[in-house]
Amino acid sequence: MSQRGALGPRWGLLLAFLLALGELPQVGGVEEEPGSEHQESEGFQVVTFKWHHVQDPYIIALWILVASVAKIGFHLSHKVTSVVPESALLIVVGLVLGGIVWAAEHIASFTLTPTVFFFYLLPPIVLDAGYFMPNRLFFGNLGTILLYAVIGTVWNAATTGLSLYGVFLSGLMGDLNIGLLDFLLFGSLIAAVDPVAVLAVFEEVHVNEVLFIIVFGESLLNDAVTVVLYTVFESFVTLGGDKVTGVDCVKGIVSFFVVSLGGTLVGVVFAFLLSLVTRFTKHVRIIEPGFVFVISYLSYLTSEMLSLSAILAITFCGICCQKYVKANISEQSATTVRYTMKMLASGAETIIFMFLGISAVNPDIWEWNTAFVLLTLVFISVYRAIGVVLQTWILNRYRMVQLEIIDQVVMSYGGLRGAVAFALVVLLDEDKVKEKNLFVSTTIIVIYFTVIFQGLTIKPLVQWLKVKRSEHREPKLNEKLHGRAFDHILSAIEDISGQIGHNYLRDKWSNFDRKFLSKILMRRSAQKSRDRILNVFHELNLKDAISYVAEGERRGSLAFIRSPSTDNMVNVDFSTPRPSTVEASVSYLLRENVSAVCLDMQSLEQRRRSIRDTEDMVTHHTLQQYLYKPRQEYKHLYSRHELTQDEDEKQDKEIFHRTMRKRLESFKSTKLGINQNKKAVKLYKRERAQKRRNSSIPNGKLPMESPIHNFIIKEKDLELSDPEENPNYDAEEMSGGIEFLANVTRDTATDSPSGDTGSDVPLTGRTSPREVPPATEKSPRPLAPPPAPPTAQNPAPAALPDLELGAGPTSEAGSASGTWLERRGLPGAHARSAAERRVHSRRSFQRPRTRRRPALLKLASLQPSCHAPPHGLEQEETPL
Amino acid sequence: MGSGGSRAAQVPDADSIRRETGFSQATLLRLYHRFRALDSNKKGYLSRVDLQQIGALAVNPLGDRIIDSFFPDGSLRVDFPDFARVLAHFRPVDDEDTGTRDPKEPEPLNSRMNKLRFAFQLYDLDRDGKISRHEMLQVLRLMVGVQVTEEQLESITDRTVQEADEDGDGAVSFLEFTKSCWEGLGLSWHFLKEAIYISWREDGSSRRSPFRCQGD
Repeated sequence: MSQRGALGPRWGLLLAFLLALGELPQVGGVEEEPGSEHQESEGFQVVTFKWHHVQDPYIIALWILVASVAKIGFHLSHKVTSVVPESALLIVVGLVLGGIVWAAEHIASFTLTPTVFFFYLLPPIVLDAGYFMPNRLFFGNLGTILLYAVIGTVWNAATTGLSLYGVFLSGLMGDLNIGLLDFLLFGSLIAAVDPVAVLAVFEEVHVNEVLFIIVFGESLLNDAVTVVLYTVFESFVTLGGDKVTGVDCVKGIVSFFVVSLGGTLVGVVFAFLLSLVTRFTKHVRIIEPGFVFVISYLSYLTSEMLSLSAILAITFCGICCQKYVKANISEQSATTVRYTMKMLASGAETIIFMFLGISAVNPDIWEWNTAFVLLTLVFISVYRAIGVVLQTWILNRYRMVQLEIIDQVVMSYGGLRGAVAFALVVLLDEDKVKEKNLFVSTTIIVIYFTVIFQGLTIKPLVQWLKVKRSEHREPKLNEKLHGRAFDHILSAIEDISGQIGHNYLRDKWSNFDRKFLSKILMRRSAQKSRDRILNVFHELNLKDAISYVAEGERRGSLAFIRSPSTDNMVNVDFSTPRPSTVEASVSYLLRENVSAVCLDMQSLEQRRRSIRDTEDMVTHHTLQQYLYKPRQEYKHLYSRHELTQDEDEKQDKEIFHRTMRKRLESFKSTKLGINQNKKAVKLYKRERAQKRRNSSIPNGKLPMESPIHNFIIKEKDLELSDPEENPNYDAEEMSGGIEFLANVTRDTATDSPSGDTGSDVPLTGRTSPREVPPATEKSPRPLAPPPAPPTAQNPAPAALPDLELGAGPTSEAGSASGTWLERRGLPGAHARSAAERRVHSRRSFQRPRTRRRPALLKLASLQPSCHAPPHGLEQEETPL
Repeated sequence: MGSGGSRAAQVPDADSIRRETGFSQATLLRLYHRFRALDSNKKGYLSRVDLQQIGALAVNPLGDRIIDSFFPDGSLRVDFPDFARVLAHFRPVDDEDTGTRDPKEPEPLNSRMNKLRFAFQLYDLDRDGKISRHEMLQVLRLMVGVQVTEEQLESITDRTVQEADEDGDGAVSFLEFTKSCWEGLGLSWHFLKEAIYISWREDGSSRRSPFRCQGD
């Protein structure tokens, strides 16, 4: 609240500037600009001041600036934005600004006009919604959405209008020049849930994705109903109540189908056009994104021209084109489209809400009728609730995923009205609708009430309901883990059984799409590499990887995979007797570990110091934060203000890498495991380093690096093909590498005959708990992180204390990075030789604690609290 | 393959599979189509590679384990009855019809216990009836992002095992596993009760009665 007070002066300043500019024309007309050339008034002027020339665009630009700056202002205080929805804040700012303008000029010069709203502000928002629409979720719930959008809206309009009329007849509203049709007209425009307002609020309330898509979809699709009801009743009002015949009513119903289906059709046609165009933009990459916006905007205008539902048209244009456009345009263009769309939508939304505030400051439009306003509020809330409950009751008999009480409450309460209603009510003709001003002021009150009051309270309400439903209790680790695991299992089973939204129509459609649409609308390259389910990873990748290995098998023992790796190894400068490739790769890994050891000491120090409680909390938090999200949670959500896709991609990529790595490993162990011998084991080792890379090489390109570079660089380059990828990933890869080695060795030792028990079994399964009892795992950790069991198989740790002594415990990983650099660089040879020795000994023995060491590396870059983002990039690169 | 042509295809042994799994005719047919669609070169069974070709599984951290669960005991192929049998775990729990069911018959595949057992076996790789600390660590490693250090992972594992471990043997038995899932009802009740995403809803049977703990 104090925020709002503090905002006042700032806006005051901005506005003063704005007004000053407004005043300038008169001033500038009279006297010369003081800074201009000395009194050459009649001749050529070097500098002229032409306010009128730029006035309109200038003011528009300034308003946009003001609105955007306001947004910055809100987010200065996180406390405010976490409680108050942005839309409400914007309305308040608009009110304040409007008040200032009014005080200064006494004219309401800035209002939200229907033209501006419908032509410029609404399309980007709806296009954004369509283009980023989670299609699967949307079409999966299409029946529900349609029911709410059509029946629900008609119900709301009819009941609200009729009830108001009933109350009017009882005389409670006093004397109004109003008829039944006017009430119905008002009901129809106030009935529709507004997409802009709903999204703005729901984005901040975290509800489940089904509920979200239902409310959001409803708000988008009810436009057709609103448009039809509005035009029908408007024409009836124009005709006059007594002249309306049954034929007109039938016409009205027919026009509903025409408007909605026609709008959809226009959208689909333009989506087709758009996809087709983007197929051929290969040589005009730079204007590629432009097509997306222009053509979809044309779909909007076209359907507006044909008096069809424009919102439906642009929504479906976005929905239908997204798949093909995303496949066709280049990655940069896709990013451009994404960001531009978000920017336009977000900006338009900001301006809409601010102008909703400003528009209210105009005494001319206010006409108060307490009974009418209050009853409207009561009716829209009550009837919405009744409608939702009734429809849900029907729907739940057919739905797979039931809508529960809490969902119904949120749906009823989330029926926000917004700018569409306002623009429609402003459009009314005062000559025909006598009480237009009453309608306008009531609409404004309704919008304010729903956006501000309900928007403010919906979040606490949801939280409260949830708390009520499940008693408040910190879930245990097991619950978190298993719960998440169940989610993953379910989505995997769903993928295997092809169950989600699986039906005849869907099959037909995807067949049709594959056979015809994609062939026409997608570039040939895109056709090849696209994936039905994921855009991120192409199935092809997977097939390639598998066939890559198969190819190796055919050509004989993966020699061709190994060959580039041999090249690498040769160029690693080993001073000691030239190690074989096997040792090189392994020693490289071990060297990494050795240098990381001292860092581990530091973190361990920290850990020991840390209190048990915080550790507890950290554990929970870590698990909470870093458990992979099941698909349901992250794939389908739409957000207007955020582009979270990158994170999803990262997660996908991460898991994909892991999976592929494991599969390749198990693939080989399956193939070779049948005649397992020493040679095969050696092979594994040699391939190991290479395999890690292969798994991440897109479409089976062979790593063709020049031998000049350092080995580490190559490793990194290949692994981090995506520059945004987490640098720690490298370390993870390492861990995988050693892990695998350990297992391979173990496999030989135990001489397990079944090499084919599972793709990840060789990686995960063989290390039974007997071999790695927790006690031995733990005890040496605080003393010396590398396991120093006095066995012959591990001579290396003897060399380690030296390194550690040089370091000295530094508490912060960040400050340690400098010294760490030296340490990592200098003792390289030392560590290497130690590592090599270890390699020799490791050939036939398993090392019990292989797994921990590579991870020690990561401890350096991640503080134990793990809240901080991993900042290990420079640390990872320093040894280069 | 066009759905039109395969529609006529008869599911082999449909009756016995239906009896065992409880799938409806339509569901079974649908699954059979899916099975044949997955079967890349019409060999009549699915190999591991066939399932691995499902793109979404490659980004599912537990994807490979699920695939493995289709191939018990080192088999290399899964035929349709086995396929249906595994999927039958994910049918909604039948209503409390234990009274009507013949007690001699084995517990239906979609009972809560069997659902849980299915999940349990994804953890329990060596099939010794216990999730050892090590097995837990493996699962956690699969499911947790790379940002978490191995150190932290181990610590989490220790806690997780300790939390569930009641008899102090350092491992989680099936009983202990079910108990910890019981408690986590809020998270996993979909899985236990209805497996909503997999519920084919042949009849109107998925009611929302409160979940009843029924011991082992």
